[in-house]
Amino acid sequence: MDLAFTPEEQKFADEVRAFARSHLPVDVRDKVKNGKHLGRDDYMRWQQALGKKGWLVYTWPKKHGGPGFTPAERYIFENICAEEYAPGIIPFGTKMVGPVIYTFGNEEQKAKYLGPIRLSTVWWCQGYSEPGSGSDLASLRTKAEKEGDHYIVNGSKTWNTMGHWADWIFCLVRTDPKSKPQEGISFLLIDMKTPGITVKPIIMADGGHEVNEVFFDNVKVPVANLVGKENEGWTCAKFLLANERLGIAAVPQSKRGVAALKDIARAEQDNGRPLIENKSFAEKIADLEIQVTALEYTELRVLSAMAHGGQPGPEVSGLKIRGSEIQQRLTELTMEAVGEYSAPYLPGLLWQGTNEAPVGPEYAHLAAPRYFNTRKTTIYGGSNEIQKGIISKMVLGL
Amino acid sequence: MDLSLSDEQKQLQEQAERFVRDKYAFDARRKIAATDRGWLPENWAQFAELGWLGMSFSEEDGGYGGGPIETMIVMEQFGKGLVLEPFLPTVVLGGGMIARSGSKAQKEALLAPMIEGKKQFALAWLERQSRYNLADVSLKATKEGAGWSLSGHKGVVYNAASADHIIVLARTAGSAREPKGLTLFIVDGKAKGLTRRDYPTQDSLRASELTFDKVSVGADAVLGKVDEGFGVVEDGVDRAIVALCAEATGCMDAINAATLEYIKTRKQFGVAIGKFQVLQHRMVDCFTNAQEARSMTLMASLKIDDKDPIVRAKAASGAKVQIGKSGKFCGQSAVQMHGGMGVTDELSVSHYFKRLTMIDLMFGNQQHHLTRYSNLAMAA
Repeated sequence: MDLAFTPEEQKFADEVRAFARSHLPVDVRDKVKNGKHLGRDDYMRWQQALGKKGWLVYTWPKKHGGPGFTPAERYIFENICAEEYAPGIIPFGTKMVGPVIYTFGNEEQKAKYLGPIRLSTVWWCQGYSEPGSGSDLASLRTKAEKEGDHYIVNGSKTWNTMGHWADWIFCLVRTDPKSKPQEGISFLLIDMKTPGITVKPIIMADGGHEVNEVFFDNVKVPVANLVGKENEGWTCAKFLLANERLGIAAVPQSKRGVAALKDIARAEQDNGRPLIENKSFAEKIADLEIQVTALEYTELRVLSAMAHGGQPGPEVSGLKIRGSEIQQRLTELTMEAVGEYSAPYLPGLLWQGTNEAPVGPEYAHLAAPRYFNTRKTTIYGGSNEIQKGIISKMVLGL
Repeated sequence: MDLSLSDEQKQLQEQAERFVRDKYAFDARRKIAATDRGWLPENWAQFAELGWLGMSFSEEDGGYGGGPIETMIVMEQFGKGLVLEPFLPTVVLGGGMIARSGSKAQKEALLAPMIEGKKQFALAWLERQSRYNLADVSLKATKEGAGWSLSGHKGVVYNAASADHIIVLARTAGSAREPKGLTLFIVDGKAKGLTRRDYPTQDSLRASELTFDKVSVGADAVLGKVDEGFGVVEDGVDRAIVALCAEATGCMDAINAATLEYIKTRKQFGVAIGKFQVLQHRMVDCFTNAQEARSMTLMASLKIDDKDPIVRAKAASGAKVQIGKSGKFCGQSAVQMHGGMGVTDELSVSHYFKRLTMIDLMFGNQQHHLTRYSNLAMAA
């Protein structure tokens, strides 16, 4: 057991840092650093730079065109990208559908879809949840009926993140309405340009548009777009969810968040002194930093175990639970640091619609919207109540 | 001892309930929030007609002889409807401070028309560096002939755009953060040299940043005594805190009711999600939190007229700590139990959550009042 990085790993860290400094567009870096919202193009420019380098799909093995990073390299890569204020990599292609395709897809599908995911020339989105199927995903009702060499898809999906920017969507659809809920589901890839698809924005509590409802009205999808076997899509779904929960802990982002919180606490005044000198507030930050450290070392343990074989098991649910709570606590403390200057709501500045000037320091107006928005982290990707159910059943045997 | 409402108070409660039911359906509120003012003059006229603007003032001051309990009753219903009319800044803060500290002439010129619905107020105390310290004031008032000249900045001043008069906390003597040497001035909302930057707030209210550039006021603009404004503003804010706690209690009742209804009807895994024990226990904790909040609000409403300023301050801070804690618990739990729907703009839940969040930040958050309470309680 050794915590220190080897000289090779140290060299790799320097390489990642040098790459980020030379290839991350300065305007994108500034937006991330200042907590601003990013556009499709902002993500794409960074992801395509990573794609050319071969690092975008950094979790993929070599045989599928990934860099085949060791757990240590993966950890280094994620942390240095976060330290350099790189945007988070959009997971829908790279961490979700990509691994499903190389694990369950046929050779034609691998040839067609994996390359554009590696290079980020295609934007994917997710069609899982439905208005009636949230935590109980297997109750989904969007149906796909076979007609010759096509499926005809009807129904709707919700909480579809960034679907308004997407080229393709991967969907769970019901292909056998008669069997048990988990047994009649299939995994379909659908071109968003197919006639009959409508994307309707859902406005969030912070006033922003990041998620959608997607409606399917007699959408014709080639049978060739089925991944895995018909009615066995639940296997793909579970595989994908386990992968989703791994990245969801967002440790590097939370470490960056703690550093940003300290900066704000240094800038804010409290009785004529920097707020960071207020003992009770400083202890709250310290408490959070300890939580982040515990999460980080838990994740390192998982990564290390994965290096010795196998897929992440149900224990990664614990990462999601604590990671999401930490992200929320971070926004809560940031808002507490900003105090009453969290109150101004400046949509023009927040959503970059106008050149609205900030009220007080620029970080102030972001604090409350982030706090409101981040409530989603304990809900999405399987709510924390569901995650605890999984751990109690699968790990503790209750 | 009797903690029940009188018949008149029950009538007032029913009246306020009716107002919220008739005028503050969630879609109606959304429309009111989108108007230029952010509140409706016709609603304000109705408040005057119903006597709500004068209910907590003495008959001598042109009011109807009620007190903090009447304010509590109405504010609680306002919380249930997320009412946007500026009752707190105008009546509780402005009107209250003028009634307690104003001269006869000020009461005649300002309080009487306010009770008739013809004047509105705002309190400008906060500055960029103040955080929750009411004495951290650097806006300066200097002698200018018989009157004063005000220069400096005030921030997050609720209702400033609609206010006919803004009550400004200014430094007339003393050093930074010294309570002594602060003076309150009643400034015309349209005074020369006063500029505003208006904006909506997270919870759909209206506030402004104010810049004072040599704003001239007469000697008669001083509210209370020169250099002794701190006690007036501290007392005024404590009373506003108690009213705000009542509003929060109403918000919690509404958000808990919405959540209870949701978990009884939303089905997953073939049953209403309210059948799951983890949600049942959380719902019980929401209910208990709201009860504690109600109790502390009642305690504070009963004690806020006490002769002893320590008793008053402890009552306000104690209630504010409870409201901060309970409001956060109920708000966060409501969003969580609503799942994705809880974080959308479409449902009222996120709006109650936002209001409860902003209430915690107003006039000192949970932490600030915990420290204040602990200093007061341990000194005694």
